[in-house]
Amino acid sequence: MSMVKENVVYMDNNATTRVAPEVVSEMMPYLTDFYGNPSSMHTFGGQVGQALKTARKRVADLLGADPEEITFTSCGTESDSTAILSALQAYPDKRHIITTRVEHPAVKNLCDTLDTLTGHKHRITRLKVDPEGMLNLEEYEAALSEDTAIVSVMWANNETGVIFPIAEMARMAKERGILFHTDAVQAVGKIPINLKELDVDFLSLSGHKLHAPKGVGVLYVKRGTIFTPFLTGGHQERGRRGGTENVASIVGLGQACLLVAEKMTEENTRVKMLRDKLEDGLLATVPKSLLNGHKTERLPNTCNISFEYVEGEAILLHMNKHNICASSGSACTSGSLEPSHVLRAMGVPFTAAHGSIRFSLSIYNTEEEIDFVLEKMPAIIESLRQMSPFWPGD
Amino acid sequence: MWEYTDKVQEHFLNPRNVGEVENASGTGDVGSLACGDALKLTIKVDEKGIITEAKFKTFGCASAIASSSALTEMVKGMSLEEAEKITNEDIADFLGGLPKEKMHCSVMGREALEAAIADYRGLVLPMAEGEVICECFGVTDLEVRRAIQESNLRSVEEITNFTKAGGGCGKCEDKLRAILQEVVSGTVLSPVQFPKPRRMTALQKIKKIEEVLEREVRPGLRKDGGDIELIDVDGDFVTVSLRGACKSCAKSQTTIKEYVEAKLRELVLETLIVEEANS
Repeated sequence: MSMVKENVVYMDNNATTRVAPEVVSEMMPYLTDFYGNPSSMHTFGGQVGQALKTARKRVADLLGADPEEITFTSCGTESDSTAILSALQAYPDKRHIITTRVEHPAVKNLCDTLDTLTGHKHRITRLKVDPEGMLNLEEYEAALSEDTAIVSVMWANNETGVIFPIAEMARMAKERGILFHTDAVQAVGKIPINLKELDVDFLSLSGHKLHAPKGVGVLYVKRGTIFTPFLTGGHQERGRRGGTENVASIVGLGQACLLVAEKMTEENTRVKMLRDKLEDGLLATVPKSLLNGHKTERLPNTCNISFEYVEGEAILLHMNKHNICASSGSACTSGSLEPSHVLRAMGVPFTAAHGSIRFSLSIYNTEEEIDFVLEKMPAIIESLRQMSPFWPGD
Repeated sequence: MWEYTDKVQEHFLNPRNVGEVENASGTGDVGSLACGDALKLTIKVDEKGIITEAKFKTFGCASAIASSSALTEMVKGMSLEEAEKITNEDIADFLGGLPKEKMHCSVMGREALEAAIADYRGLVLPMAEGEVICECFGVTDLEVRRAIQESNLRSVEEITNFTKAGGGCGKCEDKLRAILQEVVSGTVLSPVQFPKPRRMTALQKIKKIEEVLEREVRPGLRKDGGDIELIDVDGDFVTVSLRGACKSCAKSQTTIKEYVEAKLRELVLETLIVEEANS
């Protein structure tokens, strides 16, 4: 198979990101010369342990956490499962969980299968979102109860980029002695986070969403939180996660955390400006297109637009012809037969949900790329609409 | 990413016969916006009953558009009698095949063609008259039955791939399983008997069945001088063959249903149906 690499316009960074070149070079020695096991007694292995320590400190610094509060995992999904299942074991008599209707499958589907996993019946409250994808804190407050074991709410939505008021929601949980977990996979590196000032007990992040490689994640556990490991085994990660450490990727993640901390301002100025240019341009040049998600309470890199009367997969494949990479919430791209649960929860009409396209940018995008996409998109949508039996005409 | 053949991609990127035939002789409208795909097929039929023109408008994914384009190319120049014989498999074959999850796109093409021909003849489409089984996608029992028979479907998952039935809320899965059982083995089963199945790959299923036969079934049969052999696993249908003393045993059917099938349902998958191979 020939691989496509040149001239790719990559605007699918909420799916995964390019591994930063400085991350790769930081990792290389641990894939070649320094292959020792960090748990070994000899210097050769022990020095690798030092690299883990440095990486842990770098991750902690990005989050405003202490290094002891950082546990390395294999991915965001593992972190999510660990946090939620740990909370349920900490409070075996509590059988209520609060989450949202727009969570990533890592949390959504875990909640769906909890009863089978734990052998207990759980009550799950899935908070509604309004048409802009925002939560109602009154509904949240009313749902918090003595029986609630944990609240799990994503920091920012992967499909729309909508940001939830995590500081306030965590405080409300803390006031009632309820554990709070946030899946911050999309938020970390894009918006500032300072866990020292927050009542968040657990936070999940994933390396490959912030220019580190795939296969490494982090679970932050606030000091003093009762914790039960998900993977028991060796004494790695101070007994919190058995299994020999994915050293090179952890080192890479540490370096990526330095990078995103340094680029945080750029992300929120230049990248945001590019996103806004793309968004405003598309909404202006393509009739019957609409923005999904709150206009301002949103990640600086994400833009989700629905093109009415056309279907997402068809749009993506036309974009693919020009090497433009993005995602869609349409049914045909999801592997299921129904469009995105996020857009449906927001009440986006079917005419629009099937034709949604998510553009997610990164620091590697350029203005030329935005111009290129703005040049190509109107004709793509127009040609598909001419083919659509529902298109009422311009 | 879907693995589309070159021909699917080519028909998607350069669709033939897009639009609507003026003063069409027949129109077939199938699917809906809510379902995520829809096709409006218009045909022109001359006085000899030959389709002289066919055009489409499609809302849907690449394979839906390619299937529509292929269909119009196929039917042009055909007599109505020839066109009626086109199956969804023919459309898929024309395109060099479709991913199995996308077979419903070819089914949509075939249904639009039937609807257009029925419209030309002033008839009501028979398929729409059945009982709606899948509320999410408005699929009737007649459509499900025909897909099972024509495309030799053997599991609920396959029914979903071909008709979309069961692909939404999933509430009709039990009904679909009952129809499958009825069409394939001609016996009627009450749908409430079936709990929700676990998803397994075919390979996992076969391995598990072999294991259970070896561990749980064979020792019992061997005590009586018999044995059992696994012949085939096709969706939920497990074909076995009894050996030795079991072969000539008058109770072989009971053995299969009440012993072998019960064990496999208990330990592998609740939906399995065990049948004896024709000897």
